[in-house]
Amino acid sequence: MSIVFERPHALIDRPLHYCPGCTHGIIHRLVAEVLDELGIEGATVGVASVGCTYNSYEYFNCDMVQAAHGRAPAVATGIRRSLPDRTVFTYQGDGDLAAIGTAEIVHAATRGEKITTIFVNNAIYGMTSGQMAPTTLVGQVTTTTPFGRKPELHGYPIRVCEMLSTLEGTAYAERVAVNNVPNIKKAKAAIKRAFQVQQERKGFAIVEVLSICPTNWGMSPEKSLEWLGENMMEHYPLGVYKNVELTSDGAK
Amino acid sequence: MAKVTFRIERCKGCRLCLNVCPKKIIAIDESVLNAKGYHPAGVTEPEKCIGCAFCATMCPDCVITVER
Repeated sequence: MSIVFERPHALIDRPLHYCPGCTHGIIHRLVAEVLDELGIEGATVGVASVGCTYNSYEYFNCDMVQAAHGRAPAVATGIRRSLPDRTVFTYQGDGDLAAIGTAEIVHAATRGEKITTIFVNNAIYGMTSGQMAPTTLVGQVTTTTPFGRKPELHGYPIRVCEMLSTLEGTAYAERVAVNNVPNIKKAKAAIKRAFQVQQERKGFAIVEVLSICPTNWGMSPEKSLEWLGENMMEHYPLGVYKNVELTSDGAK
Repeated sequence: MAKVTFRIERCKGCRLCLNVCPKKIIAIDESVLNAKGYHPAGVTEPEKCIGCAFCATMCPDCVITVER
């Protein structure tokens, strides 16, 4: 017998601090698997953000930097430009990327920075106990919208992939989800492509991953996955929003 | 012939692996508490395992190793 599935080398063997059922664990593993497959663990610098993922530098086996809230793309820009031979990725949540860090991500994208962004969207502020985020769905109950998000009062949720795909500097934008096994496999393929886009210096690459927050949604992890499929995918359709041809495509 | 190994001290009992198992042979072991205080998941009928690794793909905590 041979091992067909085990912890990837790029993910440090350490207990994750995330809540039971939190899909951050799955997304961490997918990024680590991609680093393993591309063989770039030793030449990669990750930028951790603020939010539940603040501690992700404890988990990835590559070099990691912790950025100020929302500033991960700016920090990644500096690293990528000063160390052009490294692969640089940011790992950010929706409270980080789509709220306080909107300016940074928009400008990093429009400058066409050769970085990869993993954007985890769970439609809520997870770490600070479930307040409304810019990505919270209309009608969704959070601790700061106890009667549901109302557009006339709170505005509409931001679709980050669609927004960034309008920018010329963005080479690749795809939205995926991790609510079932087929979608997890697609998510991994998308993350891998986002790293390949960077390696071929095509421009900015972002993968938005629809994720769950069982604790703050007030549901079991299983129920949360159903809720994601039934509600989030309607407002945040999965798919490729922008793509660029890679030389590695021809090699397939 | 396939073999799955659960590292029960890392399991948080989230149950995400239960539903994805095509053979429905994963269950929470209520008789065990790990150091974190969770009832861990485990395989009830290991001989029925087909080694698809769906459980390991779904596990957020890298609890499961699959051999085939």
